[in-house]
Amino acid sequence: MTPVTDLELPLQRERARTIFQKGAPGRRAFLCPELDVPRIGSDELLPERFRRGEPPRLSEVSEPEIVRHYVGLSKRNFDLDSGFYPLGSCTMKHNPRLHERAAALPGHSRLHPLQDPERAQGALELMWNLQEALTEISGLPHVSLQPSAGSHGELAGVLLTRAFHEDRREGGRVPNKVLTPDTAHGTNPATVTMAGLEVVKVATDEHGGVDIEDLRAKADADVACLMLTNPNTLGLFDPNIVEIAEIVHGVGATLYYDGANLNAVMGLSRPGDMGFDIVHFNLHKSFTQPHGGGGPGSGPIAVSDRVAPFLPVPTVSRGENGSFDLDYGRGQVGSKSIGRLRGFQGNYGCFVRAYAYICSLGGDGLKDASETAVLNANYLLARLKEAGVAEYLPLAYGELCMHEFVLSGGPMKKELKIKTLDLAKRLLDFGFHPPTVYFPLLVEEALMVEPTETETRETLDAFAEAIAQILREAATDGPEVAQNAPYTTPVRRLDEVAAAKHPLIRQVL
Amino acid sequence: MSRYTAITDADLDAMLEAIGVASTQELFDRQIPQAVRLGRPLALPDGRGEQEVYEHLRELASRNTSAEDELSFLGAGMYDHYVPALIDMLTERSEFLTPYTPYQPEISQGGLQVMFEYQTAISELTALPVANASVYEGPSAVAAAGYLAKLHNSRRRFVVSAGLHPHSIETLRTYAHGYGMEVVEVPLREGVTDPGAWAQAIDADTSAAIFAQPNVYGAVEDAAALSEATKAVGNPVVIAQVDPITLGILAPPGECGVDVAVGEGQPLGNRLDFGGPSFGFFAAREEYLRRMPGRIAGETTDVDGRRGFVLTLQTREQHIRREKATSNICTAQALNALGGVVYLTWLGRRGIVELGELLLARTHYARETLSALDGIEPLHSQPVIREFAVRLDANVAAVKRRCAAEGVNPGVDLQKLTGREEDRGGLLVAITEQRSRADIDRLVDVLGAAVAAEREMVLA
Repeated sequence: MTPVTDLELPLQRERARTIFQKGAPGRRAFLCPELDVPRIGSDELLPERFRRGEPPRLSEVSEPEIVRHYVGLSKRNFDLDSGFYPLGSCTMKHNPRLHERAAALPGHSRLHPLQDPERAQGALELMWNLQEALTEISGLPHVSLQPSAGSHGELAGVLLTRAFHEDRREGGRVPNKVLTPDTAHGTNPATVTMAGLEVVKVATDEHGGVDIEDLRAKADADVACLMLTNPNTLGLFDPNIVEIAEIVHGVGATLYYDGANLNAVMGLSRPGDMGFDIVHFNLHKSFTQPHGGGGPGSGPIAVSDRVAPFLPVPTVSRGENGSFDLDYGRGQVGSKSIGRLRGFQGNYGCFVRAYAYICSLGGDGLKDASETAVLNANYLLARLKEAGVAEYLPLAYGELCMHEFVLSGGPMKKELKIKTLDLAKRLLDFGFHPPTVYFPLLVEEALMVEPTETETRETLDAFAEAIAQILREAATDGPEVAQNAPYTTPVRRLDEVAAAKHPLIRQVL
Repeated sequence: MSRYTAITDADLDAMLEAIGVASTQELFDRQIPQAVRLGRPLALPDGRGEQEVYEHLRELASRNTSAEDELSFLGAGMYDHYVPALIDMLTERSEFLTPYTPYQPEISQGGLQVMFEYQTAISELTALPVANASVYEGPSAVAAAGYLAKLHNSRRRFVVSAGLHPHSIETLRTYAHGYGMEVVEVPLREGVTDPGAWAQAIDADTSAAIFAQPNVYGAVEDAAALSEATKAVGNPVVIAQVDPITLGILAPPGECGVDVAVGEGQPLGNRLDFGGPSFGFFAAREEYLRRMPGRIAGETTDVDGRRGFVLTLQTREQHIRREKATSNICTAQALNALGGVVYLTWLGRRGIVELGELLLARTHYARETLSALDGIEPLHSQPVIREFAVRLDANVAAVKRRCAAEGVNPGVDLQKLTGREEDRGGLLVAITEQRSRADIDRLVDVLGAAVAAEREMVLA
């Protein structure tokens, strides 16, 4: 790989100037509509003591400058439309443009959230249909679309659990412990703390599932809930799920399903049938709402009958005459509601996209999507083995996987002197987004790969070959090539330690 | 093969052989216990082609009355401001629309620099030195700020002004119940937070005192006085939910003694979208930086000395700190925040002031003109910037129905929004730059006639 030449440097520096370092006093893009009402001494309308002295130091730039600047920045991003993005746990499947077109229709995009329900029937029907579809997919009968993201859905779920126990305590103490496996997403324990409960870790057994003995030992009357991802973050479906549910329900606790990995099981197995009480969906993962460079997301929840009275408000209801309304808890669902989790009804724009996806695929299509996701993951795993990668990057647990798998870079680090981070950085030069690295924590030098169902066999082959080539390169040319990678990206490795030590988080003006 | 997949029969054969299984079915049979297999097709309608799905979604959209279909004065947290075309163009670009969180900074400099610029813009707007890369939206940002205060001083109570948006109060209550805190509400007097009651409510157990600027009734609060009164007892955290579009002309929270300023970012270049997605902004004084929730982009250099940006201070966050994290939040609202910073750049330093002055003048005109009518009086006489409250001497729902028949949506039914008995008859009217004087005059005619007709009917 060619190192960056000096010739490129001025351009690189130019591109890294922020919008606040561009423009000139007097330039503008916005032309304010004319003042068409009587001019009144503005002090009379807003007294001096409430007024801002100096205007905020926003840029002064022309519209063409804005366009050049942000289009220029966009070219310094890798994105799903440009290449393979096997980021484990993130389900980077194709984002159909139909969804963007539909969501941009003024009837959806310029609909005010406080429009009278009788004049927002199309939106409420869409939300109702989405609720119904999520009910069927999860096997749990009641849905709230309100949470804004997976982590927000988790918070809703833990608060629901808490409300459920508080309602049943009858003077006794409320259980305050939430069990989370050591493979859990970081949001699980963080959510538990935010909801005022205490995290207790459950061990993982030698097959990568929940350690049943450890669970049995820790499941007592103080346990409020077990939060589980199934398939878990190792990409493995827990074969003991029925027994796990029995143990958890046996002590009166609820079972929470982190839906991050739902893409493995749509139409094949349902959290409700596994015994879960609460599930959150990530519409931005399983249902392909675009990730937007880190948001927006949407994290609806579905719950069992016994948890339904505590659902956040409002929910969408359907009257006997077939019209739709927003229900603030007058009915059974939400009657003991935990309350609101945010403003208005949730991320409707995301609902439009997820609903469009469900309409496009239908029940069979969703099942096919999950089957293909699992097929692609296992194929990629097999190809990596074939290419001799397994010697350095063995599968952490088991033989097969669901929609994703986790490799351990331990042997690679030992034998070839390159870390998982180095492999990831070198992959950038091959035009691939690297898999998730260093998660789950219990796998040494973890590399978590989720190819998704929308990739072709050729892409999977090319990715396997790239990994094999990087390992060969390390064996023949030495580890330095990977250790110093990347070479072809807009910037090379960045000093994250310095960034955290002396935080510079805004343009100095 | 279903939509968006690409595995042909030939592919399938080759893939199964490579894996060493006879069928895709076998992959599931060997991994998922039979007891929890669905064993039947999902009871969902069959998949449809792109054209049919589009038609269906268009039909649903056609049964919504959007701000394009009527003369709308709805506000109360989200507003029909003009969204410039260049925002659509930029947010639809693949490079901004389709990546994930910038975990690999070398190939995410565009998104990271946008976050850095966004943080700068929010800092400038609020006059507070540190801002994060955004949170979900407005009301949950208030609750997140409350959690920051709890982590900061471990006290047990929040004092909130009744002028805070009801969705913010309700969201704060939901969260506060979780992390074990009490919420005490201070009433308004003459449209703004009652200063006496406010000072009285704050004591040594107060973790944070929270108000809105302007408040949900449109009134401009004396933010500096509220902050000062708060600081007088035990120095709790002063949190303000501010309307960003007013900050071109209104004294910014950082100059009014506010410690943490949060708010709903939708007015800044984001669509209404029936309530979301939008973004919440979160800015604070330096001392709260390491307790902030969410993503933060920071500047650094690469191995060749080039300027670059990374996600920083990640030791606050859930994926590192797990149960000890400062928040469970995982994503920002990066795409919506991009809309926000592009909008602020488009307005520019002078534009944000001009827009503020225009809203101020038109809103004043609308309030004066409406209040001159029989049966309509202002709910308070405090200064207002782009929203104000009036009281109708008539049933609000009935009046709204009459206006709807004329193609006018006169505003939000206040009592329905706040649930407060004293707000009965209240109507909250929002004015954006998209509502001209002619539009306001039309509102005056239609609303005036509707109120008169309702009063007449009651008298008859």
